[in-house]
Amino acid sequence: MSQFTIKINGESHQVDVAPDTPMLWVLRDHLKLVGTKYGCGIGACGACTIHVDGVATRSCLLPVSVVGEGAITTIEGLSAKQDHPIQLAWLEHDVSQCGYCQSGQIMNAASLLNQNPDPTDSEIDIAMNGNICRCGTYIRIKAAIKTATNNS
Amino acid sequence: MTFIKTTYNRRSFLKVSASASGGLVLGFSWLASCNPTTEQLRLMPEEWFNINAFLKIGDNGLVTIMSPNPEIGQNVKTSMPMIVAEELDVIWKDVIVEQAGLDTKKYTRQLAGGSQSIRQGWQSLRMAGATARHMLLQAAAKQWNVPISELSTEGGIINHPSGKSAGYGEMASAAANQTVPEEVELKDPKDFKIIGTPTKNVDGPKIIKGEPLFGLDYQHEGMLIAMIEHPPAFGMKLKSVDDREARSMPGIKDVLTIDSLPEGTEKQWSDVNAFPQLVVVVGNTTWEVMKAKKALKIEWERVSEGESTLDYKEGLTKLLEKPAEEPARKDGDPDWAFKNAALVIEKTYTAPFLAHNTMEPMNFFANVTSDRAELVGPIQTPEYMSKTASKVLGLPEDKIAIMMTRMGGGFGRRLYGHFGIEAAVISQKINAPVKLIYTREDDMTQGTYRPAYKVKYRAALDENNKLIGFHVRGAGTNGSLVFANRFPAGTVDHYLAENYVLDSNISVGAWRAPRSNFIACAEQSFLDEVAEAAGKDPIDFRLELFDRAISNPVGEKNDYDPERYAGVLKLVKEKSQWGTSKPGVHRGVSAYYCHNSYVAQVLDVVVENNNPKVVKVWCAIDCGIVVNPEGARNQVEGGITDGIGHALYSAMTFEDGKPEQNNFNNYRLIRHGEAPLEIETFFVDNGIDPTGLGEPSLPPVAAAMANAFYQATGKRYYNQPFMYDESKMDLRNTI
Ligand code: FES
Ligand code: FES
Repeated sequence: MSQFTIKINGESHQVDVAPDTPMLWVLRDHLKLVGTKYGCGIGACGACTIHVDGVATRSCLLPVSVVGEGAITTIEGLSAKQDHPIQLAWLEHDVSQCGYCQSGQIMNAASLLNQNPDPTDSEIDIAMNGNICRCGTYIRIKAAIKTATNNS
Repeated sequence: MTFIKTTYNRRSFLKVSASASGGLVLGFSWLASCNPTTEQLRLMPEEWFNINAFLKIGDNGLVTIMSPNPEIGQNVKTSMPMIVAEELDVIWKDVIVEQAGLDTKKYTRQLAGGSQSIRQGWQSLRMAGATARHMLLQAAAKQWNVPISELSTEGGIINHPSGKSAGYGEMASAAANQTVPEEVELKDPKDFKIIGTPTKNVDGPKIIKGEPLFGLDYQHEGMLIAMIEHPPAFGMKLKSVDDREARSMPGIKDVLTIDSLPEGTEKQWSDVNAFPQLVVVVGNTTWEVMKAKKALKIEWERVSEGESTLDYKEGLTKLLEKPAEEPARKDGDPDWAFKNAALVIEKTYTAPFLAHNTMEPMNFFANVTSDRAELVGPIQTPEYMSKTASKVLGLPEDKIAIMMTRMGGGFGRRLYGHFGIEAAVISQKINAPVKLIYTREDDMTQGTYRPAYKVKYRAALDENNKLIGFHVRGAGTNGSLVFANRFPAGTVDHYLAENYVLDSNISVGAWRAPRSNFIACAEQSFLDEVAEAAGKDPIDFRLELFDRAISNPVGEKNDYDPERYAGVLKLVKEKSQWGTSKPGVHRGVSAYYCHNSYVAQVLDVVVENNNPKVVKVWCAIDCGIVVNPEGARNQVEGGITDGIGHALYSAMTFEDGKPEQNNFNNYRLIRHGEAPLEIETFFVDNGIDPTGLGEPSLPPVAAAMANAFYQATGKRYYNQPFMYDESKMDLRNTI
């Protein structure tokens, strides 16, 4: 076990965990931030997507020991009032079915817009390709990303 | 206006009104899904009055409606309360929805499956709303000393022509003490204000914030984490385990073995479980337990033969070729028809085993003490879980409380609640609250799969290209495939349907639109070929068959309505402008009936880099009254995307009983860029009571796609998944 100080959603947190513990489980088990989801544990589904310095990262593959100074944002901290353009667009398009994949989809989409405020359809497809939605809400996700693009 | 007899007796209402005193009441306040929004919190009443099992009214008019059925993403948590609110006659924004726990005394059929929640709940939900409204009116009539018939309601307000009016909140306390009416009036569907209005998912705002809603998110004081190892292959069981290293690892509390379905336990249909005996690791946190799991040294032993994909493929083929036995249905003289046909067309179709792969893996929380059990988690069949838990734990059912969390997908997988029983057995053994979590690998290799299928079709055409004979013989692993009385039964004079089952030790279960999910593709692809051979337009060809079923049906047991079937085909024909052509666009059509609903689809593909790509799907659906068009469209889109994805890419294969896929790097699911670009859905507006919606859009789409692919590539697709080689792609780390 080792002590780590990590910056999450603008606050500093101390955790005492094994260095190889993925951020996914640090968030879920130790900090009770359960919005970040477990889907595969191997970087193949995107359910666990968080931001490290604004960039979408699969938290299931990110050991706590390599986070260092990186500023982590989770779905809980994406916006103070749940009014990030992506979140609003998600509501407008009533995207969710079961909803389980959606925090990962939202975090991935928000990161896409950070880097590319006006993505084309194929840029959206490429950026979102790693995020599975088993319920098949892809069409609505794409529509919501476009709405968010226009509104941000 | 219709009057219906209420099926409640007075006692059950009184009991509900005094609900706080009866049964086990658990502290489920952690469930953010039960919490009102901040907006609603500001408006919280000081006091709530229970009117009946489905609703309570606050002194300020706010209404809480209980959603009795499990929410798996099919949106019943929004649509079922909408039905109550409609008859209660309130404004939707004044409604808070709460998930009800399992309570067989208050509710019937708290089950998510078979696209039945709305269909079966329709009357009782309407009745609940209408009864409460009536009791409010009774209270007002008494207070104002006027006949009840002079009162009307609008949006939560009771009005009298004299100008007197009162909000529901003011009458709530008096209403709670009214006699339950023996008969209530239901609205005329043309007066519906909430039903039929697109309404957003009530949990939407919580989902986008990442609030704890799902079983995997459940927390409990002192809760430990448990994970399991099940045998690596079907036909194997535990022999011995060396847990020394695992036990010594940090955070590990215990390693044990359990049997969640001991020899002699009387089984229900929901007790499907190929691996009831498990090695369990219990510890403080998930990652610690995951690591200790890897450190286990387990010896497994073979108890039955290990099957490989080729074995069951061969087995299914043999069943298709063996001498005929008793048919499932026979009309006329099929032998004669095939002997005298001008042309016989014969084609065979196959489909692999499929895993459900709900995004949220199997998990359950259990806290079992000497005299009671609390179970919390994602379950489609809480009532059945309660029965099995009672037998396995040795506790009476009234000492078992089950709370359903929102589910990260169901698709049939969570009809089989072995994971909840396992959690309970673990908790009982270690005497501590515990959350059992399956890894994705544990989940995908556990079984309970969609069966593998093979089906052979034969059609006999006479010299005028009329379909005179039809023969279908289907076979499935541990499950039959053919619905003998569905279309085209009833449209052909000489008809034969046969069903065969291949025994397998690979466990199977219902998977979204069971059987239909494959047979629709086979049947509708085959009919496309038959129509082509007959030189007819595929829609006209089907419509001619329906004409026959309407005017002069063959046999009596046909379990579909040919007019509604033809109706959706005509609707999709019109909407898609079938018969016109666009350069570079190729189209296919398909129609199917299941879960009492009718669906027809036209699908367009273009060819991109030598690969066909689905661009648009037109979907006409007749599922009676649509409660929530917004959620309904989302369901239809999801079903279509799901159907396309699995037909193109997904398969479970086996070597010596061992699943060859275990995670999303080797089990391929449809992804963003592969979904259709657009889906347009048209509902038939016929005022008929609602029928199934969560499943019916899935079955036909694979055939619409295969038929369009044929137009695009000249190649017919007989074996799912159509893009098998590509399905082996490794998609790890694609960002
Ligand atoms: S859980 Fe991290 S990508 Fe699937
Ligand atoms: S909404 Fe269910 S997995 Fe995406």
